Amino acid sequence: MKKVYESAAEALDGLLFDGMTIMAGGFGLCGIPENLIAAIRDAGIRDLTIISNNAGVDDFGLGLLLQTRQIRKMISSYVGENKLFEAQFLSGQLELEFNPQGTLAERIRAAGAGIPAFYTRTGVGTVIAKGKELKEFDGETCVMETALKADLAIVRAWKGDKKGNLVYRKTARNFNPMMAAAGKVTVAEVENLVEAGELDADCIHTPGVFVQRIFEGKLEKRIEHTTTRKKEG
Amino acid sequence: MPWTREDVAKRAADELQDGFYVNLGIGIPTMVANFIGEDKDVTLQSENGMLGMGPFPIEGEEDADLINASKQTISELKRTSYFSSADSFAMIRGGHIDVSILGAMEVSEKGDLANWMIPGKMVKGMGGAMDLVAGVKKVVITMDHNAKSGAPKLLKKCSLPLTGVGVVDMVVTDLGVFRIDEQGMTLLELAPDVTVDEVKERTEASFRVADDLERR
Repeated sequence: MKKVYESAAEALDGLLFDGMTIMAGGFGLCGIPENLIAAIRDAGIRDLTIISNNAGVDDFGLGLLLQTRQIRKMISSYVGENKLFEAQFLSGQLELEFNPQGTLAERIRAAGAGIPAFYTRTGVGTVIAKGKELKEFDGETCVMETALKADLAIVRAWKGDKKGNLVYRKTARNFNPMMAAAGKVTVAEVENLVEAGELDADCIHTPGVFVQRIFEGKLEKRIEHTTTRKKEG
Repeated sequence: MPWTREDVAKRAADELQDGFYVNLGIGIPTMVANFIGEDKDVTLQSENGMLGMGPFPIEGEEDADLINASKQTISELKRTSYFSSADSFAMIRGGHIDVSILGAMEVSEKGDLANWMIPGKMVKGMGGAMDLVAGVKKVVITMDHNAKSGAPKLLKKCSLPLTGVGVVDMVVTDLGVFRIDEQGMTLLELAPDVTVDEVKERTEASFRVADDLERR
Protein backbone atom coordinates (compact mmCIF):
# COMPACT_ATOMS: atom_id res chain seq x y z
CA MET A 1 0.00 0.00 0.00
CA LYS A 2 1.20 3.45 -0.87
CA LYS A 3 2.23 5.54 2.12
CA VAL A 4 4.72 7.96 0.59
CA TYR A 5 3.50 11.25 -0.87
CA GLU A 6 5.32 14.13 -2.52
CA SER A 7 3.93 17.11 -0.62
CA ALA A 8 1.66 18.16 2.24
CA ALA A 9 -1.17 19.00 -0.17
CA GLU A 10 -0.92 15.62 -1.86
CA ALA A 11 -0.73 13.79 1.46
CA LEU A 12 -3.93 15.50 2.64
CA ASP A 13 -5.84 14.93 -0.59
CA GLY A 14 -9.31 13.47 0.08
CA LEU A 15 -8.97 13.67 3.88
CA LEU A 16 -10.24 17.19 4.59
CA PHE A 17 -13.81 18.38 5.18
CA ASP A 18 -15.62 21.25 6.90
CA GLY A 19 -16.37 20.73 10.60
CA MET A 20 -13.73 18.04 11.09
CA THR A 21 -11.58 17.47 14.17
CA ILE A 22 -7.83 17.63 13.65
CA MET A 23 -5.11 17.00 16.24
CA ALA A 24 -1.77 18.67 15.64
CA GLY A 25 1.49 17.68 17.35
CA GLY A 26 3.92 20.16 18.86
CA PHE A 27 4.66 22.14 22.03
CA GLY A 28 4.83 25.86 21.34
CA LEU A 29 6.45 26.01 17.90
CA CYS A 30 8.63 22.97 18.67
CA GLY A 31 7.78 19.83 16.70
CA ILE A 32 4.81 21.28 14.82
CA PRO A 33 3.84 19.93 11.37
CA GLU A 34 4.48 23.25 9.61
CA ASN A 35 3.79 22.17 6.05
CA LEU A 36 0.59 20.33 6.90
CA ILE A 37 -0.80 23.35 8.79
CA ALA A 38 -0.02 25.58 5.80
CA ALA A 39 -1.68 23.09 3.44
CA ILE A 40 -4.82 22.99 5.61
CA ARG A 41 -4.92 26.78 5.43
CA ASP A 42 -4.60 26.63 1.65
CA ALA A 43 -7.36 24.00 1.42
CA GLY A 44 -9.73 26.51 3.06
CA ILE A 45 -11.80 24.01 5.09
CA ARG A 46 -13.74 25.68 7.90
CA ASP A 47 -15.39 25.16 11.33
CA LEU A 48 -12.49 23.08 12.52
CA THR A 49 -12.01 21.68 16.00
CA ILE A 50 -8.28 21.64 16.67
CA ILE A 51 -6.70 19.59 19.43
CA SER A 52 -3.22 20.91 20.19
CA ASN A 53 -1.37 21.85 23.37
CA ASN A 54 -0.93 25.46 22.17
CA ALA A 55 -2.28 27.67 19.40
CA GLY A 56 0.93 28.79 17.70
CA VAL A 57 1.88 32.47 17.48
CA ASP A 58 0.10 35.16 15.47
CA ASP A 59 1.84 34.48 12.16
CA PHE A 60 3.12 30.92 12.49
CA GLY A 61 1.92 27.45 13.33
CA LEU A 62 -1.78 27.18 14.14
CA GLY A 63 -1.90 31.00 14.19
CA LEU A 64 -2.14 30.70 10.39
CA LEU A 65 -5.54 29.00 10.73
CA LEU A 66 -6.70 31.67 13.18
CA GLN A 67 -5.81 34.41 10.69
CA THR A 68 -8.14 32.83 8.16
CA ARG A 69 -10.81 32.08 10.82
CA GLN A 70 -10.89 28.40 9.93
CA ILE A 71 -10.92 27.28 13.57
CA ARG A 72 -14.23 27.13 15.47
CA LYS A 73 -12.94 25.40 18.61
CA MET A 74 -9.57 24.77 20.27
CA ILE A 75 -8.84 22.03 22.82
CA SER A 76 -5.56 23.05 24.49
CA SER A 77 -3.75 23.46 27.80
CA TYR A 78 -2.14 26.88 27.27
CA VAL A 79 -2.74 29.58 24.66
CA GLY A 80 -0.89 32.57 26.14
CA GLU A 81 1.35 33.24 23.14
CA ASN A 82 -1.29 34.31 20.68
CA LYS A 83 -2.96 37.76 20.53
CA LEU A 84 -5.16 36.80 17.60
CA PHE A 85 -6.47 33.93 19.66
CA GLU A 86 -7.34 36.29 22.50
CA ALA A 87 -9.19 38.69 20.19
CA GLN A 88 -11.25 35.94 18.55
CA PHE A 89 -12.00 34.29 21.88
CA LEU A 90 -13.10 37.50 23.59
CA SER A 91 -15.39 38.39 20.68
CA GLY A 92 -17.04 34.95 20.89
CA GLN A 93 -15.88 33.70 17.47
CA LEU A 94 -13.76 30.97 18.96
CA GLU A 95 -14.66 28.25 21.45
CA LEU A 96 -12.06 27.06 23.89
CA GLU A 97 -11.77 23.94 26.02
CA PHE A 98 -8.88 23.87 28.48
CA ASN A 99 -7.42 20.57 29.62
CA PRO A 100 -4.60 20.16 32.13
CA GLN A 101 -1.56 19.31 30.02
CA GLY A 102 -1.09 15.81 31.43
CA THR A 103 -4.80 15.08 31.13
CA LEU A 104 -4.72 16.25 27.51
CA ALA A 105 -1.76 13.97 26.76
CA GLU A 106 -3.39 11.01 28.51
CA ARG A 107 -6.79 11.52 26.85
CA ILE A 108 -5.06 11.35 23.48
CA ARG A 109 -2.94 8.36 24.53
CA ALA A 110 -6.09 6.58 25.76
CA ALA A 111 -7.85 7.10 22.42
CA GLY A 112 -4.95 5.54 20.53
CA ALA A 113 -4.74 2.66 23.01
CA GLY A 114 -8.45 1.81 22.86
CA ILE A 115 -9.20 2.97 26.40
CA PRO A 116 -12.52 4.92 26.47
CA ALA A 117 -11.90 6.69 29.80
CA PHE A 118 -9.64 6.80 32.85
CA TYR A 119 -9.52 8.32 36.34
CA THR A 120 -7.00 10.89 37.56
CA ARG A 121 -6.41 13.07 40.63
CA THR A 122 -5.58 16.02 38.37
CA GLY A 123 -8.20 18.76 38.56
CA VAL A 124 -10.29 17.35 41.43
CA GLY A 125 -11.92 20.25 43.28
CA THR A 126 -11.37 22.66 40.36
CA VAL A 127 -13.55 23.81 37.44
CA ILE A 128 -11.99 21.03 35.36
CA ALA A 129 -13.89 18.38 37.35
CA LYS A 130 -17.26 20.16 37.11
CA GLY A 131 -19.99 17.84 35.79
CA LYS A 132 -17.61 14.90 35.52
CA GLU A 133 -17.93 11.58 37.35
CA LEU A 134 -15.91 11.33 40.58
CA LYS A 135 -14.77 8.07 42.15
CA GLU A 136 -12.64 7.20 45.14
CA PHE A 137 -9.59 4.91 44.82
CA ASP A 138 -7.52 4.06 47.91
CA GLY A 139 -9.11 6.97 49.76
CA GLU A 140 -8.28 9.44 47.03
CA THR A 141 -10.95 11.20 44.94
CA CYS A 142 -10.36 11.01 41.19
CA VAL A 143 -12.17 12.47 38.20
CA MET A 144 -13.10 10.52 35.08
CA GLU A 145 -11.65 11.83 31.83
CA THR A 146 -12.61 10.45 28.43
CA ALA A 147 -10.50 9.52 25.42
CA LEU A 148 -9.92 12.22 22.82
CA LYS A 149 -9.75 11.17 19.17
CA ALA A 150 -9.71 12.98 15.87
CA ASP A 151 -10.69 12.55 12.23
CA LEU A 152 -7.12 13.39 11.32
CA ALA A 153 -3.82 13.58 13.20
CA ILE A 154 -0.98 15.64 11.75
CA VAL A 155 2.45 15.00 13.26
CA ARG A 156 6.06 15.98 12.68
CA ALA A 157 9.09 13.73 13.05
CA TRP A 158 12.82 14.02 12.46
CA LYS A 159 13.20 10.84 10.44
CA GLY A 160 10.69 8.51 8.92
CA ASP A 161 10.96 5.54 6.61
CA LYS A 162 8.75 4.53 3.70
CA LYS A 163 6.80 2.12 5.94
CA GLY A 164 5.81 4.98 8.25
CA ASN A 165 8.19 4.26 11.15
CA LEU A 166 9.04 7.53 12.91
CA VAL A 167 11.90 8.88 15.04
CA TYR A 168 11.56 12.24 16.81
CA ARG A 169 14.36 14.54 17.90
CA LYS A 170 14.86 16.02 21.40
CA THR A 171 11.86 17.94 22.82
CA ALA A 172 10.18 18.01 19.39
CA ARG A 173 8.63 14.65 20.33
CA ASN A 174 6.09 15.99 22.89
CA PHE A 175 2.49 15.21 21.77
CA ASN A 176 3.39 13.71 18.40
CA PRO A 177 3.58 9.98 19.33
CA MET A 178 0.19 9.87 21.10
CA MET A 179 -1.49 11.85 18.34
CA ALA A 180 -0.07 9.56 15.66
CA ALA A 181 -1.96 6.71 17.34
CA ALA A 182 -5.18 8.65 18.02
CA GLY A 183 -6.07 9.86 14.53
CA LYS A 184 -8.53 7.95 12.33
CA VAL A 185 -5.97 8.83 9.69
CA THR A 186 -2.46 10.05 10.52
CA VAL A 187 -0.28 12.06 8.19
CA ALA A 188 3.39 12.51 9.16
CA GLU A 189 5.73 15.14 7.83
CA VAL A 190 9.37 14.25 8.32
CA GLU A 191 12.60 16.17 7.91
CA ASN A 192 14.32 13.15 6.42
CA LEU A 193 12.52 10.37 4.57
CA VAL A 194 14.65 7.22 4.32
CA GLU A 195 14.30 3.70 2.94
CA ALA A 196 12.85 0.95 5.13
CA GLY A 197 15.69 -0.65 7.04
CA GLU A 198 17.74 2.53 7.40
CA LEU A 199 16.35 3.35 10.85
CA ASP A 200 17.53 1.31 13.84
CA ALA A 201 14.50 -0.90 14.55
CA ASP A 202 15.28 -0.78 18.28
CA CYS A 203 15.05 3.01 18.34
CA ILE A 204 11.75 3.66 16.56
CA HIS A 205 9.41 5.89 18.58
CA THR A 206 6.24 5.50 16.48
CA PRO A 207 5.82 2.16 14.66
CA GLY A 208 4.51 2.43 11.10
CA VAL A 209 1.09 0.93 11.88
CA PHE A 210 0.05 4.31 13.27
CA VAL A 211 1.03 6.29 10.16
CA GLN A 212 -1.05 6.10 6.96
CA ARG A 213 0.67 8.79 4.91
CA ILE A 214 4.16 10.27 5.02
CA PHE A 215 6.14 12.89 3.12
CA GLU A 216 9.36 14.85 3.45
CA GLY A 217 8.86 18.55 4.15
CA LYS A 218 11.31 21.43 4.27
CA LEU A 219 10.93 23.21 7.61
CA GLU A 220 11.48 26.74 8.85
CA LYS A 221 11.74 25.52 12.48
CA ARG A 222 11.16 28.93 14.00
CA ILE A 223 12.28 29.53 17.60
CA GLU A 224 9.75 31.24 19.88
CA HIS A 225 12.17 32.57 22.55
CA THR A 226 15.90 32.51 21.88
CA THR A 227 17.72 32.43 25.21
CA THR A 228 21.50 32.01 25.33
CA ARG A 229 24.54 32.49 27.54
CA LYS A 230 27.99 33.77 26.71
CA LYS A 231 30.78 31.29 26.24
CA GLU A 232 32.78 31.07 29.45
CA GLY A 233 36.49 31.85 29.61
CA MET B 1 14.70 43.54 55.87
CA PRO B 2 12.42 41.31 53.76
CA TRP B 3 14.02 38.87 51.38
CA THR B 4 14.69 39.75 47.75
CA ARG B 5 13.46 37.50 44.94
CA GLU B 6 16.95 35.96 44.86
CA ASP B 7 16.79 35.25 48.61
CA VAL B 8 13.42 33.57 48.17
CA ALA B 9 14.78 31.41 45.34
CA LYS B 10 17.83 30.57 47.43
CA ARG B 11 15.69 29.54 50.41
CA ALA B 12 13.48 27.37 48.17
CA ALA B 13 16.64 25.70 46.81
CA ASP B 14 17.39 24.51 50.36
CA GLU B 15 14.36 22.21 50.04
CA LEU B 16 16.11 20.24 47.29
CA GLN B 17 18.05 17.21 48.47
CA ASP B 18 20.77 15.16 46.88
CA GLY B 19 19.31 12.81 44.26
CA PHE B 20 16.05 14.72 43.82
CA TYR B 21 14.12 15.02 40.56
CA VAL B 22 12.59 18.49 40.44
CA ASN B 23 10.20 20.50 38.26
CA LEU B 24 10.54 24.30 38.37
CA GLY B 25 7.79 26.71 37.29
CA ILE B 26 8.08 30.17 35.74
CA GLY B 27 9.35 33.30 37.54
CA ILE B 28 11.11 32.97 40.92
CA PRO B 29 11.02 29.14 40.64
CA THR B 30 13.19 29.30 37.49
CA MET B 31 15.80 31.23 39.49
CA VAL B 32 16.02 28.38 42.01
CA ALA B 33 18.22 26.47 39.54
CA ASN B 34 20.96 29.09 40.11
CA PHE B 35 21.15 28.29 43.84
CA ILE B 36 21.44 24.50 43.86
CA GLY B 37 24.74 23.76 45.59
CA GLU B 38 27.42 21.73 43.82
CA ASP B 39 27.25 19.20 46.64
CA LYS B 40 23.74 18.22 45.57
CA ASP B 41 23.00 16.07 42.55
CA VAL B 42 19.62 17.43 41.41
CA THR B 43 17.97 16.56 38.08
CA LEU B 44 15.56 19.09 36.56
CA GLN B 45 12.50 17.87 34.69
CA SER B 46 10.82 19.95 31.99
CA GLU B 47 7.24 18.82 31.38
CA ASN B 48 7.46 19.18 27.60
CA GLY B 49 9.52 16.00 27.62
CA MET B 50 13.01 16.32 29.07
CA LEU B 51 14.78 15.03 32.15
CA GLY B 52 18.19 16.52 32.89
CA MET B 53 17.68 20.10 31.71
CA GLY B 54 20.87 22.09 31.21
CA PRO B 55 21.47 25.88 31.15
CA PHE B 56 20.65 28.20 28.24
CA PRO B 57 22.79 27.22 25.22
CA ILE B 58 25.94 29.09 24.27
CA GLU B 59 25.24 31.79 21.68
CA GLY B 60 24.98 30.22 18.23
CA GLU B 61 24.23 26.75 19.58
CA GLU B 62 20.48 27.21 20.08
CA ASP B 63 18.36 24.41 18.63
CA ALA B 64 14.69 24.79 17.64
CA ASP B 65 14.09 21.17 18.71
CA LEU B 66 15.34 21.79 22.24
CA ILE B 67 13.22 24.04 24.44
CA ASN B 68 11.92 24.15 28.01
CA ALA B 69 8.30 24.43 29.15
CA SER B 70 8.52 28.26 28.82
CA LYS B 71 9.43 27.73 25.14
CA GLN B 72 12.96 29.07 25.71
CA THR B 73 15.98 27.46 24.04
CA ILE B 74 17.87 25.25 26.48
CA SER B 75 20.80 22.80 26.42
CA GLU B 76 21.20 19.14 27.30
CA LEU B 77 23.50 17.42 29.77
CA LYS B 78 25.22 14.04 29.72
CA ARG B 79 22.39 12.61 31.82
CA THR B 80 19.57 13.97 29.64
CA SER B 81 16.72 11.86 28.35
CA TYR B 82 13.80 12.84 26.10
CA PHE B 83 10.28 11.41 26.08
CA SER B 84 6.71 12.11 25.05
CA SER B 85 4.25 14.37 26.92
CA ALA B 86 2.37 11.24 28.07
CA ASP B 87 5.54 9.79 29.62
CA SER B 88 6.39 13.18 31.08
CA PHE B 89 3.10 13.38 32.93
CA ALA B 90 3.35 9.72 33.94
CA MET B 91 6.47 10.85 35.82
CA ILE B 92 4.59 13.78 37.32
CA ARG B 93 1.20 12.19 38.04
CA GLY B 94 2.78 8.90 39.05
CA GLY B 95 4.63 10.50 41.96
CA HIS B 96 8.14 10.04 40.55
CA ILE B 97 9.07 13.72 40.81
CA ASP B 98 10.20 14.74 44.30
CA VAL B 99 9.49 18.47 44.35
CA SER B 100 7.69 21.06 42.25
CA ILE B 101 8.40 24.73 42.92
CA LEU B 102 5.69 27.03 41.56
CA GLY B 103 4.43 30.59 41.76
CA ALA B 104 0.98 31.50 43.11
CA MET B 105 -1.68 34.18 43.09
CA GLU B 106 -3.35 32.84 46.26
CA VAL B 107 -2.72 30.06 48.80
CA SER B 108 -5.20 29.09 51.51
CA GLU B 109 -4.33 28.01 55.05
CA LYS B 110 -5.49 24.50 54.08
CA GLY B 111 -3.04 24.35 51.18
CA ASP B 112 -5.42 25.16 48.34
CA LEU B 113 -3.66 26.84 45.43
CA ALA B 114 -4.89 29.35 42.84
CA ASN B 115 -2.38 30.24 40.17
CA TRP B 116 -3.90 29.94 36.71
CA MET B 117 -6.93 32.15 36.18
CA ILE B 118 -8.37 35.56 37.05
CA PRO B 119 -12.07 35.76 36.10
CA GLY B 120 -12.79 38.58 33.67
CA LYS B 121 -9.23 38.60 32.36
CA MET B 122 -7.98 36.60 29.41
CA VAL B 123 -7.41 33.03 30.48
CA LYS B 124 -4.21 31.60 29.12
CA GLY B 125 -4.66 28.10 30.48
CA MET B 126 -3.32 25.95 33.28
CA GLY B 127 -0.64 24.20 31.22
CA GLY B 128 0.82 21.47 33.43
CA ALA B 129 0.20 23.16 36.81
CA MET B 130 -2.85 21.09 37.81
CA ASP B 131 -1.05 17.82 37.01
CA LEU B 132 2.07 18.92 38.89
CA VAL B 133 0.30 19.85 42.12
CA ALA B 134 -1.82 16.67 41.99
CA GLY B 135 1.11 14.37 41.36
CA VAL B 136 4.50 15.41 42.74
CA LYS B 137 5.53 14.44 46.26
CA LYS B 138 6.09 17.97 47.60
CA VAL B 139 4.78 21.33 46.36
CA VAL B 140 6.74 24.44 47.33
CA ILE B 141 5.30 27.86 46.48
CA THR B 142 7.51 30.91 46.04
CA MET B 143 5.75 34.26 45.84
CA ASP B 144 5.55 37.84 47.08
CA HIS B 145 3.79 37.89 50.44
CA ASN B 146 1.27 40.46 49.21
CA ALA B 147 -0.17 41.46 45.85
CA LYS B 148 0.98 44.74 44.25
CA SER B 149 -2.16 46.34 45.74
CA GLY B 150 -0.98 45.22 49.17
CA ALA B 151 -3.77 42.63 49.45
CA PRO B 152 -2.81 39.43 51.26
CA LYS B 153 -2.15 36.33 49.16
CA LEU B 154 -2.11 33.86 52.07
CA LEU B 155 -5.83 33.57 52.73
CA LYS B 156 -8.37 31.68 54.81
CA LYS B 157 -9.98 30.60 51.56
CA CYS B 158 -8.90 31.28 47.95
CA SER B 159 -11.20 33.60 45.99
CA LEU B 160 -9.78 32.74 42.54
CA PRO B 161 -10.48 29.49 40.65
CA LEU B 162 -8.35 26.71 42.13
CA THR B 163 -5.44 24.82 40.61
CA GLY B 164 -5.60 22.16 43.32
CA VAL B 165 -7.18 21.45 46.71
CA GLY B 166 -4.95 20.86 49.74
CA VAL B 167 -1.85 20.49 47.58
CA VAL B 168 0.65 23.05 48.95
CA ASP B 169 3.24 21.80 51.47
CA MET B 170 5.40 24.90 51.88
CA VAL B 171 5.29 28.61 51.05
CA VAL B 172 8.37 30.86 50.83
CA THR B 173 7.60 34.59 50.64
CA ASP B 174 9.71 37.71 51.05
CA LEU B 175 8.71 37.72 54.75
CA GLY B 176 9.30 34.11 55.75
CA VAL B 177 8.68 30.38 55.37
CA PHE B 178 5.43 28.54 56.14
CA ARG B 179 4.64 24.85 56.37
CA ILE B 180 1.14 23.59 55.58
CA ASP B 181 0.00 20.18 56.86
CA GLU B 182 -2.96 18.56 58.68
CA GLN B 183 -2.37 20.98 61.56
CA GLY B 184 -2.82 23.94 59.25
CA MET B 185 -0.30 26.68 58.51
CA THR B 186 2.83 27.20 60.62
CA LEU B 187 5.35 30.03 60.39
CA LEU B 188 8.79 28.36 60.49
CA GLU B 189 11.22 31.14 59.59
CA LEU B 190 11.36 34.91 59.36
CA ALA B 191 13.37 37.10 57.02
CA PRO B 192 15.85 39.43 58.80
CA ASP B 193 14.22 42.25 60.81
CA VAL B 194 10.71 41.04 60.00
CA THR B 195 8.50 40.55 63.08
CA VAL B 196 5.72 38.05 63.70
CA ASP B 197 3.34 40.99 64.17
CA GLU B 198 4.25 42.38 60.78
CA VAL B 199 3.59 38.98 59.17
CA LYS B 200 0.23 38.75 60.98
CA GLU B 201 -0.73 42.20 59.80
CA ARG B 202 0.00 41.30 56.19
CA THR B 203 -1.60 37.83 56.25
CA GLU B 204 -5.29 36.90 56.22
CA ALA B 205 -4.72 33.19 56.86
CA SER B 206 -4.48 32.08 60.46
CA PHE B 207 -1.18 30.45 61.29
CA ARG B 208 0.65 29.32 64.37
CA VAL B 209 4.24 30.23 65.08
CA ALA B 210 6.71 27.37 65.37
CA ASP B 211 8.25 26.96 68.86
CA ASP B 212 11.67 26.95 67.27
CA LEU B 213 10.99 29.91 64.97
CA GLU B 214 14.15 30.59 63.05
CA ARG B 215 15.46 33.93 62.00
CA ARG B 216 17.63 33.78 58.92
